Amino acid sequence: MSSLALEYHRSPGRFLAARGLSRTRSRVGGTLAGALAPLRLVRNGDPELPKGDGWTRVSPTLSGICGSDLGLLHGTASPYLGPLTSPPFVLGHEVVGTTLDDLPGIAKGTRVVLDSVLSCRVRGLPPCESCQEGQTNRCDHITSGHLAPGLQTGFCADTGGGWSQRMVAHEEQLHPIPDSLSDQRAVLVEPLACAIHSVRRVPIPPGASVLVVGAGTVGLFTVLALRQLTEAGSIHVVAKYRHQQEKARQLGATEVVEPGRALRAVRRMTSALAHRPEIGSEFLLGGADFAFECTGGSSGLDTALRSVRAGGTVLLSGMPTAGADLTPLWFRELNLVGAYATRQREPGGPEEDTSSDFAKAVALAASAPLDGYVERYPLHHWRQALEHASSAGSAGSIKIAFDLSLEG
Amino acid sequence: MSRPGFVLEVDERTPPLLVHEGENFRLERLPHGSRVIYPPDSLPGIKDLDGAIRRALLNPHGMDPLPELLTPGMRLTIVFDDLSLPLPSMRSPDVRQRIIEQVLEFAAAKGVDDVELIAANALHRRMTPAELKHIVGERVFRSFFPKHLTNHDAEDRENLVHLGNTHEGEDVEINRRAAESDLVVYVNITSTAMSGGPKSVAVGLASYRSLRHHHNVHTLQHSRSFNDPPNSAMHHSYHRMADLLGGHVKIFTIETTLNNDTFPSAARFLNKREWEWNYADQATYLATRRGNGLLKPAMRRRLWHKTEAPYGVTGVHAGAPSEVHPLTLKNVHRQQLTEVDGQADVAVYGLPYIGPYNVNSVMNPILVMSLGLGYFFNLYVNKPIVREGGVAIFYHPMPNEFHPVHHPSYIDFYEEILAETTDPAVIEAKYEKQFATDPWYTHLYRKSYAYHGVHPFYMWYWGAHAMQHLGEVIFVGADRKTAARLGFRAASTLNDALELASHTVGTSPSITYQHMPPLTLASVR
Repeated sequence: MSSLALEYHRSPGRFLAARGLSRTRSRVGGTLAGALAPLRLVRNGDPELPKGDGWTRVSPTLSGICGSDLGLLHGTASPYLGPLTSPPFVLGHEVVGTTLDDLPGIAKGTRVVLDSVLSCRVRGLPPCESCQEGQTNRCDHITSGHLAPGLQTGFCADTGGGWSQRMVAHEEQLHPIPDSLSDQRAVLVEPLACAIHSVRRVPIPPGASVLVVGAGTVGLFTVLALRQLTEAGSIHVVAKYRHQQEKARQLGATEVVEPGRALRAVRRMTSALAHRPEIGSEFLLGGADFAFECTGGSSGLDTALRSVRAGGTVLLSGMPTAGADLTPLWFRELNLVGAYATRQREPGGPEEDTSSDFAKAVALAASAPLDGYVERYPLHHWRQALEHASSAGSAGSIKIAFDLSLEG
Repeated sequence: MSRPGFVLEVDERTPPLLVHEGENFRLERLPHGSRVIYPPDSLPGIKDLDGAIRRALLNPHGMDPLPELLTPGMRLTIVFDDLSLPLPSMRSPDVRQRIIEQVLEFAAAKGVDDVELIAANALHRRMTPAELKHIVGERVFRSFFPKHLTNHDAEDRENLVHLGNTHEGEDVEINRRAAESDLVVYVNITSTAMSGGPKSVAVGLASYRSLRHHHNVHTLQHSRSFNDPPNSAMHHSYHRMADLLGGHVKIFTIETTLNNDTFPSAARFLNKREWEWNYADQATYLATRRGNGLLKPAMRRRLWHKTEAPYGVTGVHAGAPSEVHPLTLKNVHRQQLTEVDGQADVAVYGLPYIGPYNVNSVMNPILVMSLGLGYFFNLYVNKPIVREGGVAIFYHPMPNEFHPVHHPSYIDFYEEILAETTDPAVIEAKYEKQFATDPWYTHLYRKSYAYHGVHPFYMWYWGAHAMQHLGEVIFVGADRKTAARLGFRAASTLNDALELASHTVGTSPSITYQHMPPLTLASVR
């Protein structure tokens, strides 16, 4: 039986064209970059189940478009990630779907969300040190084992991805969800789990001042996670668009500011001193205890580095697409912490951790005010979907997702 | 003999009337029946000013002549009004320079060596060396600057002294050097009825701890107006503080008043009544407007701020502050007071390019508000020129523009606080302390050239009485977004403004235009 899939293939020409156009930073450039992305809609046979136990086919219902997907398609993602993918592959790692095969503990027809990490166990390998500790997102073997290289589902040739009617997943990746959780909320579980992971990367003491740079999906969910899982004090959010500002407030932001006002707002919050160099933007002496960079852009990272107090911490939540002046990192002795995907459990924690990033995310997806976050497109309208996702902020949207049920 | 102020009733013979709007102005045709308040003609200035100063110092009111107060070995502090007075700046030599030079001559003759000069800038920005030099003159500047000619620093804890509390519990905290001097000589220019008298030392040399007792919403709302000291809660507070000060510090004050020669001869038409413009005035008006339009905004601003007024001095009185100030106020009234019959439904004001806090700077939107709803609206005694619930129409382009060095806390006030609320009481309760104690603003006030962190709050409170009194505020020619941020409406023309106003005052409102500058104090019966 054949199924529809949106496949990414290697095309240096298209990659460079998309990269050039996306750098124009214009909406038209973004649209054209999306249109030139090295994607093709194909009809494949169902993906084969990989070797080993614990695999099932999955029929995705909704699959989100993530900033990292767009980074790849627009050519802004770092070449660093190249060896960790295996083109051609099907994108899509924010997935809610239904299993098509019986697994121990997960009956055929179960609604699931996907932890996209492809760890040692999934790859049929003895666990590396990180996987042993439950920190599967740090797996050293993502290019080994009986799967093609792939940092996660959605970048691996052998697993398929969520932007298709069929994919495969390992039982370790699957999290059954209750019937009461709608698909539109369930598709937000993966990005929400990532945000939860990011706020758990470092202990945030009660009353700590936090800056969240960016109010797309990652930024908004970071605010939600900070409010729900920590006792952070004031949370200032940098949000460009009105709908983002409203949602950030709704999720618990203390104050929401436009990008040009971020540093001044943090200065006021923390009674820091601001200084303006002859060239470049202002920076603070003093500042927030923590900054979460959720845009992936260089100006977001720059703002974060310049707004944090000496000895403070900057967390990179969005996939970085550009660098920034690291002088504050050196001079203010900042901690720069990465936060990638999710971990299976706390190091040393139980195998079935009810407080895992995903378990928490499922609970939060059910309870948080997340209605209206998702807008759907059929797969064959992928160009429009990518265009919309590329300009989601200015279009008043948060998450764009492919609705595979619309393909008939 | 100068003609007194008068109220013109607009009819078919009335020419278009000049209305200031920032760095520009327009000729406006007001509806027939509108009234226009003009100040008295500019009074003649004192011809022998140096002689008048000398006579005042030697024949003071309620105190011994100045030379008799000076003794060798004493600590003498000369305090003077800062650059917020007069507006525009006075053409050199400034009257303060002339007074200070004579005071110093007397002091030198008496062998007084310990002399300090302090600008009474309270929470205003420090003056630059050039600005100080303009006020005190080259000779004094070279002799005293920088060590003995300084700006008051209201955040220098070591150099402030708390003298006590008034019977109302108000803290009186002023500059230590002045408080511990054997004699303070205060050199003042009283350009409006609110200035001078008890305000000079009690405000000019005070700290936030002291100023917060009268610079607040409650006091401003009960100062009707703050240009009418007997009816001003703010001045009642000044008096209580001045009484307490009087028990600790010997103050010899010299107060001066100016005439209405506000603009130089090149812009003479701005000092004249429109129907008296000759062909040269009309040509100058057209040329100035054309020139204004051609200049880039920064250049235009620089040019206007370089304009110095050829004021004449109408009075010099010296001695005990309580005895001098009534004489000063009489002079102010002689130059500015115009009798007006009754209130109107609509008041019209044209706001010029300069106010007390944007000298050599940018008039940001908060300062526009303060100039209009604060200073201009309050240029009345007895009653405002507009009835309660009426409409005030101001002219100003109100660009969203701030001076980053002079007004850093204004920027945050505009961006953060006004985005949330424009209610002065809420703003005061929720945010004043944060801004007043913010270390960055304090740092910039002390080390850079920034107004104190709390200053935009005071400017907002300045308009509190008008906001409470008026039913609607409309700015003609203003940037709509900026006006909306301040809680006001913008209109393109006077007709549009009257159309907007009609929802509040009907379609045939009575209108009074207070024609300024030069300044006019309306005495409304």
